[in-house]
This record gives sequence, structure tokens and C-alpha cells, in this order.
Amino acid sequence: MTSTPAIRADGLRKTYPARRGAPRLVALDGLTFSVEAGTIFALLGPNGAGKSTTVKILTTLSHADSGTAEVAGIDVRRHPERVRRAVGFVAQKPVTDPMDTGRENLVLAGRLQGMPGPAARERAAELLDRFSLAPAADRLVKTYSGGMARKLDVAIGLMHRPQVLFLDEPTTGLDPEARADMWAELESMARVEQMTVLLTTHYLDEADRLASRLAIVDYGRVVAEGTPDDLKNGLRGDAVVVELAPQLDAEGVSGAVRVVSALPGLTEVAAEGRVLRSRAESGAATLPRVLAALEDAGVAVSSATVARPSLDDVYLRHTGRSLATQTLEGARA
Amino acid sequence: MSALAPSALTASLGHTVLLTARQLRAFARVPAYLVMNLVQPMIWLLLFGQLFRSVVQIPGFGGGDDFLVFLTPGIVMMTAMFGSAWTGTTYIQDMDRGVMDRLLTSPARRGALIGATLLYQAILTVVQTLVVVGVAWLAGARFAGGLPGILVLVLAAVLLTVIFGALSDAVALLTRQQTALIGISQILSFPLMFLSSAIMDTRLAPEWVAGIARYNPFEWAVAAGRGALQRSPDWAAIWGHLGLLAALGIVMAALATSAFRVYRRSV
Repeated sequence: MTSTPAIRADGLRKTYPARRGAPRLVALDGLTFSVEAGTIFALLGPNGAGKSTTVKILTTLSHADSGTAEVAGIDVRRHPERVRRAVGFVAQKPVTDPMDTGRENLVLAGRLQGMPGPAARERAAELLDRFSLAPAADRLVKTYSGGMARKLDVAIGLMHRPQVLFLDEPTTGLDPEARADMWAELESMARVEQMTVLLTTHYLDEADRLASRLAIVDYGRVVAEGTPDDLKNGLRGDAVVVELAPQLDAEGVSGAVRVVSALPGLTEVAAEGRVLRSRAESGAATLPRVLAALEDAGVAVSSATVARPSLDDVYLRHTGRSLATQTLEGARA
Repeated sequence: MSALAPSALTASLGHTVLLTARQLRAFARVPAYLVMNLVQPMIWLLLFGQLFRSVVQIPGFGGGDDFLVFLTPGIVMMTAMFGSAWTGTTYIQDMDRGVMDRLLTSPARRGALIGATLLYQAILTVVQTLVVVGVAWLAGARFAGGLPGILVLVLAAVLLTVIFGALSDAVALLTRQQTALIGISQILSFPLMFLSSAIMDTRLAPEWVAGIARYNPFEWAVAAGRGALQRSPDWAAIWGHLGLLAALGIVMAALATSAFRVYRRSV
């Protein structure tokens, strides 16, 4: 593909004022990535990694301190008014007015984008149908469930058929059922609307399922980028995870690490509590040797698993931390 | 903002109307708002009208011999000022959700966002003004100025609404706190009301009160409205006050529009 990318961010840097006397907080630290037109791209990272800040800069809500960005081929700093016609923005918080009905919210959004009344009403009806919101179309949004309200948010972003749609954490806060429902909607939406979608998420499975490419963002920088498969294949090999018996003390654990490290064909051996992780070219062939060696050394084992690499492993490899713990900490902060 | 092309101006007006309609729909959906907005000025009018009825008998009172006639423009402006202190509430709600961010990333112009909150509040002011005048008329007050006088009263109330509504919008954008809006009505509006001739002829008050009142925009509105309801209005003074109100209104609206810049820096 030689066409202009739908999104191009180059060296974006953004700081926020901190408490008096403290140095400014760095939200983005030279963030660079680009998105091919017509694809779904995910920015994956924990809270505070800079995902939302990136989206705010690309949708003209906020300005970068330095660096440049283009959306649909338009410079966001020089021609914000043109960018605003080309993008749809679904913020992390609900973008609907709770005291309007679903239909009124959609029609208002379309008309603010310059659609004539009849066209806006027609498009609103089409989207209400597509997102299975037609039965609730004329109810006030404050009566909607979380899943319904979030689907309406996405529909609002789609009203004027934007070239690029930004979805900031579209499924955060939804229950598992509503999330699965939203994923199905987003997949079919991408097929029907033929546009570029940038979504941010801290759910690995969400990025894995929806995005054709993704970038892992950590401390305001892209630390890895590629298709989900590229990133997983980059790890080479399966995860071999052995949970040691609960009665084992710290000395026993480090003994077990020594035993397993000595085996040929195993790399990246490390212990987290009583969980022993390592990588092997073929996990299925290696696991029996691991268990035999541990048994010879007199170390009791509770369970053992072999897994194909996941995006979580990719995240762990590139940031040194597990995303699951990060997200919990972020939510508490 | 530089000069707008005609198409941009049309779009801004269109956006203002669309966003005003959104607020009117929300208002109409909570009947309690309507009752509160109409009942409160009536209570003020009738309560103050009874409570201070005998001030017309104080020697030196220059406001005529019917206190209700004197009081009506004061109550109209009180209603307008206290109501418009809450104009920024819409922004607080929109900022608590992602609505404000969505509007700011849409082609809707900042001027239209400010314009819509002011137009909505002005519509409420017009309705409330007519209710106050109607109730006063039913209670026996007769206004020598007739229809032209009432039109000027409405205009002065709308201009006062623009001033305080824009201030409320600006405070909402700068602080994002509903409590800051309570501050406007408690800390600013009450002193402005008492430092005016709204319920008492300032000629009967200490000289310093009359001195301050001359620079009080609330007093400009009361004086313009009350003057226009007289039998032979002093039109020069009335237009002078209306001009001052309009000029301050434009300044405040421009200030509120530029407050968006501060909000965007903080997101």
C-alpha cells in the first residue's frame, strides 16, 4: 500500500502541569505510529500510558507540545476545522445527553456535522436499527442500560460517516455479555462502513479480536507495533508455566529455578511467587522433561500448563510488567 | 475570532438554534423546573410587595405612590439575574460526561455553544418577565409606559441575562464546579441586588449605596426598565443604560468564549 495513511502521528510530546514545584508530568514522550486507511488499529496499554491523550490530540481537542499529526491527510494543528468534519469521536465518558432520547441525540449530532434534517433522521433510524436500539429509540438515554448507552455513543460517532472513527475505551465498564455484544457490533460496523478505526483499550483480548494492527503504549511511547500474530510470533515459542506446591519456601523456589534453568531448550526462566514461567520452542515436548527434573530434585508441583503466546506475554516482554496487574493499579490510582 | 464568512455565520446560527432546542427539550421534560421558575418570581413579587408596602409613605421616597409599580421592574431583574447565575450548569453536566469533548471535536463553533446557553436563558427570562408583569397587573399595578415600556423592560432583562449568563458560563468552564456557580449567586448577586434601587429608592439609602449603584449593571437594568414604565420616560437615560448593558454583555460573552481555551488546555 502506497496510499496516504489515515492517521500519522510523529514524535508527539505532551506534558501537563504537576503540583507546584514538581516537574511537569509527561503524558506523551515522542509517540509515533501510523494507521493504514480502512483498518482497525488498537492502542493497547494500561491507564495513564497516554492513550486518551493521543486520541484527544488527534481529534483536535487538545494540542501536543511538539510533534506533528495528520488525520485523513489533514494536519490537526493547522486545519482543525477540517479534521473535525472527517472524524467521529467517542470519548471514554458517555457522549450522549441523558435528557434527550436516543434518536434526538443522533439527529443533533448529525445536524451539528452539517447534515440536513431529513438525511440526519434517515441515518439515525438506520443506525438505531443496526445497533438493535430501535425499540428504545424514543426513550430518554438516562433509562438505557450501560451496554445500550455505549452502543448509542458509537452510533453518534458514526452519524456523519466519518473517514476515521476514534473509540476511547469502548468497552470499559461493560459487563462481559455487553462487551461481547459490542465486539460483534464493532466487527460488523467495520465491514459495513469501510472506514479507519482507532480504538484504545487495556483489554488484550479486545485488541486481539478487533484490531488488524496494534501498538503497545507504555509511558507515552510505542514500545511494540505490529499485527497481533507478528507480535506473538516474535516471542518464539510457548509459555511453560509450572505452579509449585504451596508448602515450598523461598529457598525451595530458587532451587527449582536453578533446576529448570539447567535444562536445555528452556529460556527466560523466572519465578513470580510460586509460579515458575519459562519459554520453550515446543512446550508439549519440553514439559515432561521439566516435571521429571523437578521430581528428581524432590520439588512437588501443583499444576503445569503449556500455552501459545498471548498478547499479555508480548506486553510483559516489552514493558517488563504484566498488563493485568498494571490495569488494576491504574484503576486504584 | 476574525470576521466570519456568511456561510460560517449561518452555520453558527444554525448550531445555536439546535443546541438551544436541546436545552429547551430538557427543561420541558422536568415540569418541576417550570413551576420553580414561574412560582419563585411570583412569590418574591407578592411577598416583597406586601412586606415593604408602606415605604412609599416615607418622606423623600421618589418612586411614586404605588409600591407594586415601583417594585415590579426590580423583581423582574432579580429573577433574571438569579436565574442566569445557573446558565453554566449545562456546561458542568456536559463536562462531567463526554458531551463537551464531543461538541468541541465537532464543527460546532464555540460562539454557538455560548450563544445557545445565553439564548436559552434569555427565553426563560422573557417568559418570567411577562409572568411577573402579568401577576403585578392582576394585583392592581398599572404601568403608564404601556407596551413600549414593557418591551424595554424585557430588553433590559435579556441584556442583564446575557451579562450574568456569560459570566456563569465562563466560571463553569474555568472551574468545572457546580459549587462555583452557587458562589456567583450568593457572593455576587445578593450584594448587587441590595446595592440598587430594586426594592428601595436609593435616595433613601446612605449616599455610598447610591454612589456604588451608579456602577452596578444590575441597577442599570432596573433603572432602564423602571424608567420606561413611567408616563413620560427619560429616553436618553434609558438608552444610555441599555447601551452600557449591551456593551458589557458583549465583553462578557467574548470572555466566556475565550474560557474554552482554558478548558481545552486542561483536558
